[in-house]
Amino acid sequence: MSFFSLISTVIVGVLFFIIYFGLSNFILDLVCKFKSNSVALENSVRVIIFIAPAFLVLFMFILYPVFETVRLSFYDKFGREFVGWNNYLWALNDPNFRRSILNNLGWLLIVPTLSTFFGLVIANLTDKIWWGTIAKSIIFMPMAISFVGAGVIWKFIYDYRGTGDQQIGLLNAIVVSLGMEPQAWLTISIWNNLFLMAIMIWIQTGLALVIFSAALRGIPNETLEAARIDGASEFRIFWSIIIPFLERTILVIWTIITILVLKVFDIIYAMTNGEWQTEVLANLMYDWMFRGGGDSGRGSVLAFCIMIGVIPILVWNLYRHRQEQKNEI
Amino acid sequence: MKFKLNLSSIFSQLLLLFFVILWITPTFGLLISSFRDKDQLAISGWWTSLINTEVSEIHRTKGKNEQSKENEVYFIRGNLFKEDKGKKILSFGVTSKNINAYIVGEKAVLKDKSEIVVFENGDYEWKSENEFKKKKGRRIFITAKSPPSFTLDNYKEVLFEAGLGQAFLNTIAVALPATLIPLIICSFFAYSLTWMNFFGRDILLATIIASLVVPLQMSLIPILTIYNDLGALFNIEAKSFPGIWMAHTGFGLASTTFLLWNFMKSLPNEMLEAAKVDGASHYDTFVRIVIPLSIPAFASIFILQFLWVWNDLLVGLVFLDKHPSEIILTAKLKELLGSYGENWEILTTGAFISMTVPLFIFFSLQRFFIRGLVAGSVKG
Repeated sequence: MSFFSLISTVIVGVLFFIIYFGLSNFILDLVCKFKSNSVALENSVRVIIFIAPAFLVLFMFILYPVFETVRLSFYDKFGREFVGWNNYLWALNDPNFRRSILNNLGWLLIVPTLSTFFGLVIANLTDKIWWGTIAKSIIFMPMAISFVGAGVIWKFIYDYRGTGDQQIGLLNAIVVSLGMEPQAWLTISIWNNLFLMAIMIWIQTGLALVIFSAALRGIPNETLEAARIDGASEFRIFWSIIIPFLERTILVIWTIITILVLKVFDIIYAMTNGEWQTEVLANLMYDWMFRGGGDSGRGSVLAFCIMIGVIPILVWNLYRHRQEQKNEI
Repeated sequence: MKFKLNLSSIFSQLLLLFFVILWITPTFGLLISSFRDKDQLAISGWWTSLINTEVSEIHRTKGKNEQSKENEVYFIRGNLFKEDKGKKILSFGVTSKNINAYIVGEKAVLKDKSEIVVFENGDYEWKSENEFKKKKGRRIFITAKSPPSFTLDNYKEVLFEAGLGQAFLNTIAVALPATLIPLIICSFFAYSLTWMNFFGRDILLATIIASLVVPLQMSLIPILTIYNDLGALFNIEAKSFPGIWMAHTGFGLASTTFLLWNFMKSLPNEMLEAAKVDGASHYDTFVRIVIPLSIPAFASIFILQFLWVWNDLLVGLVFLDKHPSEIILTAKLKELLGSYGENWEILTTGAFISMTVPLFIFFSLQRFFIRGLVAGSVKG
């Protein structure tokens, strides 16, 4: 497509929605001018105009698909015949599936923990140092980079050349300069998962960092001063004042990264495509969506497994929301 | 006491410096590499490019067709380098077993009694009593000092030949509407959730909060099916730009609405009441009062959603075709990663091109970006 046709498609697409809202409200105003007897009717029509597009999108792209995916997980690969638990039984016996579950659990344990930990430590460091803001920008920067871009960056770091050749990957160059054998890092089973996780930690630490930095500013200075006067060490202050104060923030960051990690796809797909035992649910699902024309049953089972992972967080969020609503009233 | 404090401050600074170096090095390496000469990139680490480096290369002399005869002696003369890049040869060899056998200017005697000399600038002279018979020249192994050299060639190649330029435009065509459309429809949605009374409002709000965490994988198969059915029904392409705009709108809807709802509910109630008393309709109130007040929130959300769409791979893979007129940057990059495997000059440059827009937004609008993230996290 040429440059201009691209631009015009974009403009038409966006204008469509602006015109919808402008025109429908204009017509409503016009109608109400002539029949100004029913304010209630006007208001309810306007509610419909306001929420209709968003609601339709919500229904079509989230609500309906959730139920449809659950339904499809009990049907055959074309979604035509009911097969009961067959797809789930297949999953339980599939070595790739088991490997994915194990790997996803590993990701869930390690990535949120380390990202949160590094974020917290670095937030505390940057808080006290005059060049902290610059440091923060630099560590936060990977957040702006796509997972695929990060994949290329790190694939370059993990690059492997045979023994004796000049290593162009930084990690192997370091290893060789220390007198050890270079390794093809991404092919070493089990350990390669850690090398992939490092990428995610590299990206997500920045998120934890900025949120912690914002939260740290909320700690009353008097409390810290008082502790210092009482002779508490910086380490003690960190453990006994800062950590308890940030408890809620830690939990929030943990859940954000957990949700992200459950869905991790791009990194695996770009770096190893699940080979050498690095398979995860999201990549396996993508694979089954298109393998041999696609298998919607098995793909749906895999999607549903990811969903199960977020259900506790979903319930907890709803619970918290209800508490807040109650407090406001 | 004071000394102790300073010590701990130095320790903190060093620790932070360590983290900063650890975090910036990967990206820095990519940036440097994308400007390096592709031959050098393939054989030496990017950190060596900042100084003069020793490189080992294989070149070939000319063959029998180029020989000349002077006083019953046959000569082949030429220069090993195809182009002058300022390399200085230190030593050379004629077999792969011993690539540093002769220092530069030394005479190497081959098995057939012919003699070959290589000079510092790459010039060579191959001398023989007998006529040269081989069509192909001889392999010469050299070790040379190479000055740091940077070039824009990689960018030219990647943008115009590898097709990344088109992918860049495609990504813009996906990202702009996929950011603006949710912003438009969600701002109306959030307004009605905050300031209008209607049946089912609380349930709708709870649905939004539940949808926040629903993985988009749950939606892929059913939506793809719908698109395929629609495509077959109306005889149009199932994979299209409007299709992916709406998909991104769907996946970004919950978070956009939630963030806007969070913001709008903090707006002063009195102002909206006053507008109502003056006889303004909800539409007027929204356009005249709420939108101008919400500009900072819009900016934050725009950046979050734009970066998310720009960096997305999965949605682009599922809802767009892989041919050049539709493929997005991330998908293209992944394709290069597969097909070009070891062509690091294309990969590093491509990756850097895909990062330009996010990094520009990041550095110019960091404040809004952080504000959006923090707002989203404090609740969600």
